[in-house]
Amino acid sequence: MRSIDDLDKRILSGDVRAAARLMRLIDDRAQRARTFLSALQPHTGSAYILGVTGNPGSGKSTLVNQLIHQFRARDQTVACIAVDPTSPFSGGAILGDRVRMQDHAGDDGVFIRSVATRGHLGGLSRSTPAMVQVMDAMGYDVVIVETVGVGQDEIEIVRLADTSLVVLVPGLGDDIQAEKAGLMEIADVFVLNKSDLPGSDRLKREVQTMLSLYRATDGDDPLPAIVQTSATGKQGLDELVAAIDDHRLALETNRPTSVRNRNRCAHLIRAIARTELDILFDQKATSKRFDDLVDDVEKGKIDPYTAAEKLTRWLTE
Amino acid sequence: MTSKDNAPTTYRILIGKPGLDGHDRGAKVIARALRDAGFEVIYSGLHQTPEALVQTAIQEDVDGIGLSILSGAHNTLMPDVVRLLAERDADDIFVFGGGIIPDGDIPALEEAGVRAIFTPGTPTTEVIDFVQRTCDEKYGRDQG
Repeated sequence: MRSIDDLDKRILSGDVRAAARLMRLIDDRAQRARTFLSALQPHTGSAYILGVTGNPGSGKSTLVNQLIHQFRARDQTVACIAVDPTSPFSGGAILGDRVRMQDHAGDDGVFIRSVATRGHLGGLSRSTPAMVQVMDAMGYDVVIVETVGVGQDEIEIVRLADTSLVVLVPGLGDDIQAEKAGLMEIADVFVLNKSDLPGSDRLKREVQTMLSLYRATDGDDPLPAIVQTSATGKQGLDELVAAIDDHRLALETNRPTSVRNRNRCAHLIRAIARTELDILFDQKATSKRFDDLVDDVEKGKIDPYTAAEKLTRWLTE
Repeated sequence: MTSKDNAPTTYRILIGKPGLDGHDRGAKVIARALRDAGFEVIYSGLHQTPEALVQTAIQEDVDGIGLSILSGAHNTLMPDVVRLLAERDADDIFVFGGGIIPDGDIPALEEAGVRAIFTPGTPTTEVIDFVQRTCDEKYGRDQG
């Protein structure tokens, strides 16, 4: 591997190896990543970011594989970030989303990167927003972000993506599940995957009912579309792409690029600041001074709230 | 933890199944063992070409590639991966292998640039020690 001093220039010239290295620096929270990201920043803002989230095993990776086919058929280049969980015990991870995306091995118009959560909650890794920036700067037309398999509340994707797909499958609960907050509220398009299984039509009615109730109060955004697919059976994919295109069109009409870029910038700033805070917090909360604080609380000298207040103040020292 | 030098905080390894054999129990056992030892492991899935594996290794910025081959095609496929890495200016990514490999084939594979071959019955700890050591050496880290 050559020196990494000119990573930004190599990335802008389309060098995948350089981009992959920068993504790793970002993931490792290396100081050097910062300079390169700053240099790439002016070249970002043109990629269309598609989020794909849903329960584990709902078929997200298989669906992403099919979507990549669809975008490639239109001559669009595609980058993909696929997030899988990190083991809380060993810190290791098995990143297996690529297994379902093998069709695109050898296609230079497709760049797939697997990422581990490394303890971050919310469905993404801390590094995901900055990694999207790198792929955006490289000029990929579409950047697909596949979250970890999520439960109900891991919805960070909605702040990052232009269009968020929520992938549901039949048989995971009754209609009260559809009424819950969180995941069910963030969809721009509901994808009812594995529609060849029994219960898909019922699931569709439940989602329709849910939407008819609470989205009536929502502003200009169109009601989320509902598309039934079978990613392995290649059913419903044209309809899905049409629904994604419709949402993109509505977005571009209702919310100009400038507004979306502004939102994305805001998200990026928050994500970076939060990472810095996390690092700082980890330092302060493992210091000798912190041990003393724990002693004080243990001995009943101060209460945990006062101790936490002190810890919080150390962050701004 | 913030890393200040060029050494990564977490090592990344690609476990690949090149060629036509469909038996990936061994590959999955090694992937799992590496995960439990703190590595980030990318698993390629079955039936990959050497070209596809090298492309994956580059996109994922891995430190090394472990190839599992039980079909008898190791004498072609393993050196192919080493050669393609060199062609892509990526020969800092080390290659090791495992599977049904006759002892007599091992010297030639090592000669071709495969760093280690593990045959059936190897304890997973031996594989992990090798991968850990090779990664540490790559970044000039002292062995602990």
